[in-house]
Amino acid sequence: MSKSSVAYIVSAAALLVAVWLGVSIGSVKIPISTLWNPGADATATNILWKIRMPRVVLAGLVGASLAISGAAFQGLLKNPLADPYTLGVSSGASVGAVMTLFFGISIPFLGIYTLPVFSMVGAALTMFLVLGFARLVDRAMRMETIILTGIIFGSFLGSVLSLMIALTGEELRQIIGWLLGSVSMRGWSYITMILPFVVVGSFMLWLNRRELNAMLFGEERAHHLGVNVKRRKFTILIGGSILTGSAVAVSGTIGFVGLVVPHMTRLLWGSDHRHLLTLSFMNGATLLVICDLIARTIISPTELPVGVITAFIGAPVFAFIFYKQRRKGGM
Amino acid sequence: MLKVDNVSGGYGKESIVKAVTFTVNKGEVLGILGPNGSGKSTLLKIISGILPKETGSVTIDGQDASTYSQKEFAKKVAVLPQLHAHAFSHTVRETVELGRYPHQSGLFSSWSDEDERAVTDAINSMSIARYAENSIELLSGGEQQRVYVAQALAQEAPILLLDEPTNHLDIAHQQQLLDTIRQQAIDKGLTVISVFHDINLASLYCDRLLLMSEGRIARIGVPQDVVKEEAIQSVYGARIKSQPHPELPKPQITLLPDTKEEIKPFTVVKDDFSIAADFVALRTKYPLKTISSAVHNAGMGWYRSFVNRHVDVDYNVDDVKAENTSYLEQQGFHLTDTVGMMTAVTTEHAEVEEYTGDFGTILIAVTAGVGNAVDVSQAFTRDQKPRVGTINTWVIVNGQLPDEAFIQAMITATEAKTKALQMESITDPLTGTIATGTSTDSLLIAATQQGEFLPYAGPITPLGKLIGHGVFDCTVRAIRAYKKAKGWTT
Repeated sequence: MSKSSVAYIVSAAALLVAVWLGVSIGSVKIPISTLWNPGADATATNILWKIRMPRVVLAGLVGASLAISGAAFQGLLKNPLADPYTLGVSSGASVGAVMTLFFGISIPFLGIYTLPVFSMVGAALTMFLVLGFARLVDRAMRMETIILTGIIFGSFLGSVLSLMIALTGEELRQIIGWLLGSVSMRGWSYITMILPFVVVGSFMLWLNRRELNAMLFGEERAHHLGVNVKRRKFTILIGGSILTGSAVAVSGTIGFVGLVVPHMTRLLWGSDHRHLLTLSFMNGATLLVICDLIARTIISPTELPVGVITAFIGAPVFAFIFYKQRRKGGM
Repeated sequence: MLKVDNVSGGYGKESIVKAVTFTVNKGEVLGILGPNGSGKSTLLKIISGILPKETGSVTIDGQDASTYSQKEFAKKVAVLPQLHAHAFSHTVRETVELGRYPHQSGLFSSWSDEDERAVTDAINSMSIARYAENSIELLSGGEQQRVYVAQALAQEAPILLLDEPTNHLDIAHQQQLLDTIRQQAIDKGLTVISVFHDINLASLYCDRLLLMSEGRIARIGVPQDVVKEEAIQSVYGARIKSQPHPELPKPQITLLPDTKEEIKPFTVVKDDFSIAADFVALRTKYPLKTISSAVHNAGMGWYRSFVNRHVDVDYNVDDVKAENTSYLEQQGFHLTDTVGMMTAVTTEHAEVEEYTGDFGTILIAVTAGVGNAVDVSQAFTRDQKPRVGTINTWVIVNGQLPDEAFIQAMITATEAKTKALQMESITDPLTGTIATGTSTDSLLIAATQQGEFLPYAGPITPLGKLIGHGVFDCTVRAIRAYKKAKGWTT
């Protein structure tokens, strides 16, 4: 059996285990058999289908979206520290989303998709601003330049958020909770809200898996290998923005998932994007389901925002990758 | 195959490449040369489509290059990248597989047997199969470069563009890489266009060269027509000398550095010669440019010690060179700095004399053993091994000589020697005719390459006159001494 088949089987198994743990563990223990047993306890069935399952599925979709876009951003920018959070794209998406709430914007034909669409637009705009500014500062687009630019834009957008929150008053608590990043109490409607975007965004990235491999050797090299660099780059950036925007729209800013998951996946299974993208998608789902499980059980009955857990794991990993890269002298 | 017509272009508003026109035929290797900033890399980037062109057209296989899609273009033209750092590492095989990108199409773009064969072929031809599963970042620069060549070969494009492919490689890797590329060009009929920094490498490996100067073509043609002293000097603004390659009919250049003043003016005088029991030696302060037919360090070179060693008449060793080398070493001569000859004549019969002309002085040293004299015009009937019995002639000139003067000096010295043999009625014992030399004569011309410039050394030039007179004089005296020692005269 090839290495990649092993990778897919292991990742799928891990995801299944995570889902199983995610739906069964909690204040009330739910046996997994509730899933298919029609004669199961009605309360258990209710908790499973109305509370636990949507939460796990949403966590999975958000984790998968953030991880696959992180993997794509890293490949595109040849920068192992790039992810929606460090690039400031998540903040952009938040501003887009909060603006929708703040001004009560609702575009008729978009309906429930107004929020994710605005969030995506915020993400895409920030993305192009950050990359444009980084290129202006340093044509070589070194790793540090991009991350610093991400921090600058992230902080600025953060203050815009604070301003809007200060001006809202009564809705304050809701927005703050949302901002910290959480997948709790969202229900199935949120899943239907982002599912189409997750599918489209992931597909856009997956279509460019071989192009991403080529772009790891630089845009000029990719050009010589026959890649239409401009168009592919644009597709990848838009795909990544769609995924980040939709994830932020339903769960707020959850940091470092897009950084940790591709890094671990690369360490285990190599950096070939033909597999890396799909594997990151699966492992991202697994990681966020587990993190959410920890977030709601560790100091139960109090729930932590899941972003706290991911940052707790993610920041040290970020530091580690940074250290390794500098030691290598690369980039 | 590839036609570049009136192409101009560059990075900003001002074009770096200006109205360049040339064609490259199938199977041809074209080298692009030029100083920094002359536009050679820019030209390559315009051809490969990385930079836009302002005017003109690039035609590949009869079709305008700009009408190809990116993938179609990559099927026609492969480019070898320059080495760079990697953030993430692919394995060697994954890297080579990327070369198949332009050949894959469709949503799932399955990997065909044809793709697999091309990758395996490319890996084998660059001999990197050994580390196919290793990560490229763990390889040395030379190995990495071979992986990229394999990637470009896997693309199976008929045209290969290279931008200073040997950058950062040591000479063994440079040779390996260029040998392989040249071989691929022959085996697969690849058309290669490569930018070179090193004029000598370009001359060795290219069929034609294109020399660029300030964005324009200064010269284009076979290496012999492009690597010319005046062309290279005017384009690069460096003092160089062009010489033939020792094995191939390709010109090579050497820099002429401005370090002459480091050598203080010096002249060779008679006192620099020393006569020991079994050798005559000349030691000079600085090296002399020398051409000789000596036993040790024959040919052209720069040397400071010159030894004419006496050996016994029945000296008979299988490996004369090796024996002589160890002898010189024992006597304390620095092997790489010494020219060594041999003679059966004892050192007391060596004739050393200094001659003065208008331009300065020359020194002549002769040892003459004529027991083995030969009339060269009758020699074709001989069937005999050369025996010891030799006239060794040294001509040391305090002056600057070009190559042709060295050769003229050799002719003049030889003619003077022959005249001396005639004067002394030395005959070839087999034919009874007047001898012209012996069967093992040696000649050495050396010059300080300082002081007066002496362009010629023919018999009626100032230098030639002195050589003719001096060699004749010394040879006659040496023969007389020899005759006396042998008891031929009283």
